[in-house]
Amino acid sequence: MRRAVLATTGISTLVVSLLALKPHQPQGLVGMPPRSPTAPSSPRTPGTSGPGTSTGTGTFTGDPIDTRYGTVQVAATLSQGKITSITVLQAPDRGGRDQQISSYALPRLTEEAIGAQSAHIDAVSGASYTSQGYIESLQSALDQAHA
Amino acid sequence: MPDTARGLRHVEHVMGTVFSFDIRDEPTPAIRFALTEAVRQLHEVDAVFSTYRSDSHISRLDRGEIHLDDCPPEVHEVLSLCAQAAHVTDGWFSVIPAGALDPSGLVKGWATEAASRLLHEAGAHHTCVNGGGDLQIRGRASPGTPWRIGIAHPLHRGRLATVITADHDLAVATSGTAERGAHILDPHTGTPVTAFASLTLIGPALALTDTYATAAFARGDGARDWVETLDGYEALAVLPDGQEWRTPGFRRYGS
Repeated sequence: MRRAVLATTGISTLVVSLLALKPHQPQGLVGMPPRSPTAPSSPRTPGTSGPGTSTGTGTFTGDPIDTRYGTVQVAATLSQGKITSITVLQAPDRGGRDQQISSYALPRLTEEAIGAQSAHIDAVSGASYTSQGYIESLQSALDQAHA
Repeated sequence: MPDTARGLRHVEHVMGTVFSFDIRDEPTPAIRFALTEAVRQLHEVDAVFSTYRSDSHISRLDRGEIHLDDCPPEVHEVLSLCAQAAHVTDGWFSVIPAGALDPSGLVKGWATEAASRLLHEAGAHHTCVNGGGDLQIRGRASPGTPWRIGIAHPLHRGRLATVITADHDLAVATSGTAERGAHILDPHTGTPVTAFASLTLIGPALALTDTYATAAFARGDGARDWVETLDGYEALAVLPDGQEWRTPGFRRYGS
């Protein structure tokens, strides 16, 4: 079990680095390029949005992402395009390793994501599982914020 | 309709790992159908090829309970590709890496490539299909914006080894010890290979790129010279002591 815990910690640290990576060109919000020049400018208004529903402000719930260790889902709160908080809505909680993810790795990921504000990596070669689940869910929340 | 402008994403846990689909095209009904079909096929591939399932065709074939003619056509295709890979890699890729029939080293990349192709045929031309950390990329992340692919650093888990940018079809495969420990065997001795911390190979299509990455990793010191003989493939290696080398053309992809 100890080895598994270490592996999990390593994965989380990897994600931290991804989220901390600076893009070549600083971009608005959290570095997501526009998906398409024809993308509509009207924001999508999720049910959990706060009073200000202008682009980049409000709380946006990411998609639940299934990983080997369980489902990961986060919600991101943004103000003027900057992440102010991330809430982990679902995290694996079925065993010791899962609890490590929930109690240690995910808060660290959150801290780093808020601090970094930037990572724009579309995918990673050489990484998988929980870290990817976190990124996917956070990304989908941010996608909503930018829509 | 904001949803249609944002593409389509899906994550599937199958074949003992995570597959993710990142489709940047407008998701037409044809593309949605192709995604569903691609996911179904991954589960089917697992059922046919898994060496962890005693009832898979591969397991039964290995035990001599059935013959090749009793297997679905995909088994012929995969074993033919394995034979081709074994030839091109001078035997450094083996379909019997630990003494038993095990095409797993090719199947995951092959299945990822097939899923990408299925989406492409349905009109999704800007996609990234990630099969447990090995990628088949098509087109661009968005018009005018290339895909940005991080390569996980095998020694310093707080870092990336590099970032690749790509605005055309590309496969990226990383063989390494970081997530699964030393699991690549020298096909000649059956012992774990430790010459590299990780080896990333870029090539046109994932089935062979992934397989060649594994073979290059197994080859150890001779890997660099061998990759340079391959047309259309470039490599980045991270050694256990942290030193790195790249083939000359690797730098075209950003670093």
